[in-house]
Amino acid sequence: MIGSLREILAYAQTMMPQMMEGLKVTLQVFALTLVLSVPLGVVVALCRLSKIKALNKVMEIYILVMRGTPLLLQIIFIFFGLPIVGISIDRMPSAILAFTLNYGAYFAEIFRAGIGSIDEGQYEGAEVLGLSKVDTFFRIIMPQAFKRVLPPVANEVITLVKDTALVYAVGFDDLLKIGKAATNRDATLMPLVLVAVIYLLLILVLSKVLAYVEKKFDYYK
Amino acid sequence: MLKVEKLYKNFGKTEVLKGVDLTIESGEIVVVVGASGGGKTTLLRSINYLEKCSSGSICINGAYLLKDGVYASKEEMKEIRRDIGLVFQGFNLFPHKSVLENLIEAPIRVLKQSPEEARNKAMEILSFLELSDKANCYPYELSGGQKQRVAIGRALAMKPKLMCFDEPTSALDPALTGEVAKLIKSLSGEGMAMLIITHDMEFAKMVADRIVSMNQGIIVEEHIYEHVQA
Repeated sequence: MIGSLREILAYAQTMMPQMMEGLKVTLQVFALTLVLSVPLGVVVALCRLSKIKALNKVMEIYILVMRGTPLLLQIIFIFFGLPIVGISIDRMPSAILAFTLNYGAYFAEIFRAGIGSIDEGQYEGAEVLGLSKVDTFFRIIMPQAFKRVLPPVANEVITLVKDTALVYAVGFDDLLKIGKAATNRDATLMPLVLVAVIYLLLILVLSKVLAYVEKKFDYYK
Repeated sequence: MLKVEKLYKNFGKTEVLKGVDLTIESGEIVVVVGASGGGKTTLLRSINYLEKCSSGSICINGAYLLKDGVYASKEEMKEIRRDIGLVFQGFNLFPHKSVLENLIEAPIRVLKQSPEEARNKAMEILSFLELSDKANCYPYELSGGQKQRVAIGRALAMKPKLMCFDEPTSALDPALTGEVAKLIKSLSGEGMAMLIITHDMEFAKMVADRIVSMNQGIIVEEHIYEHVQA
């Protein structure tokens, strides 16, 4: 029993360097997507809330397409499909583009709901004080909306960690792909167990960070 | 100070204001009473440009917000609206900002006061409102009466010449009605004109220099009350 445990640990140790390489890809896709899709989501949400009909319709269609088709397909279309119409994008940028467009759509809907949930009285309170539209949005509405969207945003962030595994479709060796390959090669489930543990730890840390941010905004109701 | 003439307003086919005339002098407290649905709140919101009217005039401190159905330009409007303060029925305080921050937001952003200047003035107002110890509290930590005083303070920080109150006693303990009346009177003593909407007749009698009654979109009656300050 102890012997086999030692064996497992030794195997895990030999796997670690590869796993870390995979983790790097996973984290890279995760971080870049997050940094780009949140601002995109804000912009799209504002377009959806604007009174300009055409802009509204365009964003509605964008969101429909992004939420209505699998992310895996979107990644494949952008990397393999766009070259057909003469647009070639490198692997990493095209993966990030697909993820950003996809997650931006989900974030947009969350932000739209968050901004829409702020009472009309807050706008009127700011208006009679003479605050400009920009000040009203950035200083009064957005901070309150931010607090309200934190829980659903945390959900998306956690889903994103796991969705990054889809980059295997354009040839990246992310964490899960490396685990799968090792499982096939060594005929053992151990690599996948390791992968699971790494994902779990990653999300544990993220959950703690997100909970901390939520707590930071607990100072008012 | 405030002159409203032949003001008309409709929501779709329903006429809510049907030619309202109302004048308020500086330092005068005018209370508008009347049954709900009579157009009181719409009148108040129209004066604050939260509702647009179809015709008539609204003149504040000599400047026309609305003249014969035509609104002032955006720039003029900004200037004119600066002279009006409004205390909402539900207060509409900014929940994510402390009491002090609620008071200094607009003076810094709109009047371009320095943070120190705005803070000093806000602390003066808070001390006048007996809220000095609440400066760093958040609205959710306050009682209804305290929230109302913060809302009054927030409006005062902009130094309005006309203060409007929408149902100031509706969210209050009846025992506090007298306090609010006293506070409003002390403000008018400094030359501020006051327009108060209420359906609380007791309160109206307590605070008003003049009570006008509104029904079905027109001012139907005027009473003048002489007061001996208690």
